[in-house]
Parts: sequence; C-alpha cells; structure tokens
Amino acid sequence: MANKNKGSLNWKTIVADNAVPIIFIALSAAAIPLSGFSAKYLIQEMFTRIARNSFLVLSLIIPILAGMGLNFGMVLGAMAGQVGLIFATDWAIVGVPGMALAAIIGTPIAIVLGYACGAVLNRAKGREMVTGYILGFFVNGIYQLVVLYCMGNIIPIKNPILVLSRGYGIRNAINLSGIRHVLDNAIPLNIMGVDVPVATYILIALFCVFIVWFRRTKLGQDMRALGQDMAVAEEAGIAVERTRIIAIIISTVLACVGQIIFLQNIGTMNTYNSHDQAGMFAIAAILIGGASVSRATILNVFVGVTLFHLMFVVSPMAGKQLIGQAQLGEYFRVFVSYGIIALALVLHAWRRQREREDARRSLRGE
Amino acid sequence: MDKIKKFIENAGRPRIIIALFLFVLYCAAPFVNVRVDTSISDTLVRVGMNGVLVLAMVPMVQSGCGFNFVLPLGIIAGLLGAVTSLQIGITGVAGFLIAAAIAIPIAAVLGWAYGLLLNRVKGDEMMIATYVGFSSVAIMCIAWLLLPYTSPTMIWGYGGSGLRTTISVEGFWLKILSQYLYLQIGQFFYVPLGMFVFFGLMVFLVWAFFRTKLGTAMTAVGSNPEFARASGISVDNMRTISVVISTVLGAIGILVYEQSFGFIQLYMGPFYMAFPAVAAILLGGASVNKATMVNVVVGTFLFQGILTMTPSVINSVMQTDMSEVIRIIVSNGMILYALTRKVVVKR
Repeated sequence: MANKNKGSLNWKTIVADNAVPIIFIALSAAAIPLSGFSAKYLIQEMFTRIARNSFLVLSLIIPILAGMGLNFGMVLGAMAGQVGLIFATDWAIVGVPGMALAAIIGTPIAIVLGYACGAVLNRAKGREMVTGYILGFFVNGIYQLVVLYCMGNIIPIKNPILVLSRGYGIRNAINLSGIRHVLDNAIPLNIMGVDVPVATYILIALFCVFIVWFRRTKLGQDMRALGQDMAVAEEAGIAVERTRIIAIIISTVLACVGQIIFLQNIGTMNTYNSHDQAGMFAIAAILIGGASVSRATILNVFVGVTLFHLMFVVSPMAGKQLIGQAQLGEYFRVFVSYGIIALALVLHAWRRQREREDARRSLRGE
Repeated sequence: MDKIKKFIENAGRPRIIIALFLFVLYCAAPFVNVRVDTSISDTLVRVGMNGVLVLAMVPMVQSGCGFNFVLPLGIIAGLLGAVTSLQIGITGVAGFLIAAAIAIPIAAVLGWAYGLLLNRVKGDEMMIATYVGFSSVAIMCIAWLLLPYTSPTMIWGYGGSGLRTTISVEGFWLKILSQYLYLQIGQFFYVPLGMFVFFGLMVFLVWAFFRTKLGTAMTAVGSNPEFARASGISVDNMRTISVVISTVLGAIGILVYEQSFGFIQLYMGPFYMAFPAVAAILLGGASVNKATMVNVVVGTFLFQGILTMTPSVINSVMQTDMSEVIRIIVSNGMILYALTRKVVVKR
C-alpha cells in the first residue's frame, strides 16, 4: 500500500520494482560473451523461442488478474492439448487443419479440466497455488492412466506407429512431422538470414489484443475486483466462485492452444514429459519478466520469455567455457528456474505480511 | 450401523478405501503366486526405512507451518553427513554415528535459517517450502560436482573429481540398523527389528517432546496463534524450533533410509522425496494443522503397503506395470484431499 503513489518516478523504486529482470539482464550480459555465440545465432534463437513460448506464458495472466496467483494448474491445459495432438496424428490430418483439429479436440477437454480445477481451487481459497500444483501431479497420474493404459484398447488408435509394441499405450515420443513448423512457416519471412515465424506472431498479437480487450469487459472488471479483495467483491454482488472458475477455464483453454503451438515448433512430442516442464518454465519466465503473484502485464511476459530463454541458451556454454563442465551450467539453469520462483513467492508473501502489519498498526492509531 | 458410520466419518473415507484396497491386495496375493509373508516383510522393511522421514512432518504440522515440503533441506544435510563419513572412512556403527553427528548440526543450521525465512511469509509456507526445497537440491547439484571429496569409492572414475550420482555404502555401514537384532522366521519372513527399535525410539522422543512445556506451547501456536501470543508464547520462536526439529529428523531419516537401501542418492535424488512422506502422513489421518504419532505409523504402513503390493499383485493380474501410475494418483490424491477439506482456514 505504501508505494501506491507512483507519481514520483525516482530510480530507487524502479530498481526495487524490477529487481528480478535487472539481475537477469546483468547475468545475461556477463554470460553472452563467455558463451561465444554469434549475435545472429542468438537473435534467431530468440525469435523462435518467443514465438514458441509466449502463448503458454500469456495464459497465466488471467488467473493472476483474478487474484488466484500463478496458475500451476496450467499443465492440465497442456495435457488436453497433447491429447488433441495424439488424435490429430492418429487420424493423419496434417498441416494447419491438423493443428486446428488438435485444438478442437483439446478445447472441450481443457474446459472440463479447467472447470474441475476451478471447483477444486474454490475449496482451497488462500492456498490456490499449492493446491493447483498438486492437482497438476494428480491429473498427470490420470493422464498417464488414460494414455498409457487405455489408448489402443479402450480408446481406438489406428496408427500402429503411435502404439507401443505391446498393443496398447502411446509411445514415449511421437513424431509430429505432419504439423511440424506449419504455423511458423505459413507466412515465410526472412530478414537478413533470420527466419521470422510471422503467422505465430500474428496469433500471439491477436491474443494480446484479446487480453487487453478482456480486461475492459464486465467479466474482466469483476476479476480485477476479485483480485483486489475477495470479500469486498462478494459484498458488491459479484459471483465470486463462478468468476474464479471462468478465469481458470480461460487459462486452461489457452494453455491447451499454447502447448499445441509449442509442440508444432518443437516437432516431436514427449508424451509423458512435455507438459511437466510447460508449467514450470512458463511460471519462471513470467516471474523473471518482473511479474509478481498478484500483478502481471503483457510486457512482463515478453521481457520474461526473452530473458529466461537467453539464459537457457547461453548458460550451458558459459558454464563449459568458464569451468569446463557443461553439466554445471545445466544445473545452474535448473537452480535459477526454481530459485526465481521461490524468490518471487517469498517476496510476495513478505510484502503481504508487512502490509497486514502496517494495517494493524494504523488501526491502533500509531 | 451408526457406529460404523461414525468410524468412517472419523477415519475419513479415502483412508478406509485405501485400507480396504490394501487388504484386498494382501488377500489376492496368494492367488497370483505372490508370497504373503515376503510381501509383509517387504512392507515392514519399507516402513522402517521411511518412518523417520514421515515423522519429520510432525513438528512443522503441529506448529502450523503446513506440510514439511522443505524436507529436501534435511535430506541434503543427511547426505552431506553420509558422504563425509564415507570420506573419513570409518566403518560400522561408528561410521553411522559420525554421519549423524555431522548431519545433525548442518540440519539444525539449515532449519534455523529456513525458520527465519518462514516467519516472514506466514500463510504461504507450503508453496515456498516446495520451491526452496527444489532450489536447494539444484544448488547442491552444483556443490556435489565441485566439493573436494577424494575417496575413490565416491568420485567419478574418469576425470577424478565430482561425486557419483549413486554411492554404495557397502563396506561402510550397510544395514547397520537393519541387521542389528535381526528376526528371521522361515526362509522368507524377516523383520529388521533394530530399525524398528530405532524408529520406535524416534517416535517416542517426538511423542515425549510434545508433552513437555515447549512441545505444548508449539501445539498451541499451531492450533491458535492469536491465543498463543496472548498467553505469552513467542510464536516466531516456536515456529523456528519446529522447523529445526523437522529438518534434523529429515537428516536422520535419510541416513536410516540409506543404511537399509544401501545407496546414497545424490544430485536430483532428494527432489521429490517430500511428496511420498506428505502423502503417507495424510493417509494416516493427519490434517494440515494436526498430526499425531498414530498418523505417522498407520500412514507409513498403509502407504508403503500400497507401494510394495501394487507392483507385485497388479502386475501378476493385469500383466502390466501400473504401480507407478497408481502411486502418483494415490499420493497426490491424498494431498489434494487434505488441502481441499473444509477446515478453518487460518488467515
């Protein structure tokens, strides 16, 4: 509450508010020359990776708006997207129609999962994040049950390439050659040797417009009110539980589409692992971009994705050059991804507790 | 009928279902050529192995810090103790004691530091604990590569530096507790009594602790922090002490685990170790802010029973290995159930 008056823009508050991105810019600035990568290579990597990941990260914004914290349940959406992709590959529908089909199959699953997730989170108000996190693991178990044991016998899968040699269950890795890069290359553009996936960027831009528009709608305003204070919103006649469920459903559906875009760029699907990392990387990225548990903007997303993936590309090489072990850079990267989430959560909780104590003190009239 | 209903209400439906499921598994075992006596003794060995790790949940739950998702911190201390004792090279009971003697102070310091952090973030403990645990495991990955251990049994054969991912404790203190007082009945049934004596001792110590003045104060903090503060208990101190005890128990727990298992697992080994322990204590009937010794013992038995029985029995019945999936669904389902139960949410 104390730093609400943002009229005076002194550099101290700017640094304090953006400590995390600034640290990352410094880290990258030190690591890039060490890694020895060329500028052209890095720019190409960044263009590809922003196109690949932004959609997933953007899906986190709406739950944050509704005061539900970081949506660790977004992996549910990623799983729905993967189920869609399995069917699209099985039916051998390629190109952009294949992607669209995957999204069409994935969306209803994502809506159901999102509804379930929202309902569960409504029973765990005040600890949405840890509940969503565990829910992700739980649904992962169910996903494995379905994909590994039910597909191929109960759920028909025609294409034998997809199925494990024992006759049922989906293989560990699926080659998505039919839809590989179809969106990225839909509108080819090459600027000075750097490929720019224009169509993907158009989709991302449309999504950003959607978020900006959504914030201004009645529903978006309701969510903002929820994010400010749930009790007050309830008093004002907002259907709290319903609005929260809608926020999670939107996020889950978007994560589903995001995962399809992500895998369309990668080109192979790791049936039992791809979704696991989706949530962690997306959350780390948005936090590195300067978002907090209660506030996130579109700018945070793009800054975060760029910085996170810059580190992703550079750190193994930098570790190798510096100490002679690429493994070290790899572990450093793992540490940073988890450490940044821990740090952001701590800072948020710390600030909230201080505000609470300040409020109590002012109540006593000190 | 009412009595049964009340019993189910008290024990909680998931627990009854799991217990029945386990019972069915034991009953079904002979029909699919799985020996019941081997299964039971396997279960008992696993209970002894994991018991102390589950016990490490209790102090933090009792003081209102939620589940001890930061268990990896204690485990890291235990690993450091174990690796150092192997480096020193003393075998037998003395080696195990040295490992514990090194691990406990490290655990206490780490726990104390974490307790200080935790007092600034009341309300969000569990999520933060999970990620602090994860990041400490990750930073230790770097440390395992760089720490100057030299014992040839522990470091990579090539390169000559950096610890291996799994280190055998054979020849040092393998099964030092398990084989002390060893009960063997017939060819297939044995009980590692020594491990149970140790586990029993730990349970008794924690039980006795919660009956002292300090322990009672800690419980008061967990059940009603405002009331505890009003009666002159330092809430922050109690929470810090509970974290220290939990972390120390975690360190001892992993040493017990290692001596029975036979290997020290470094690097990403401790990563997910908190989750089974949390699931086990919940299966035993604990809630987010209350856990008893009965919860620990019953929960560990049920959870480890499921873990031992599902691979053998289900595999024989269905000719496939579903145990991993069942484990994921059961353990996370339990945690989810506990988190969403309509309990009085503290601020």
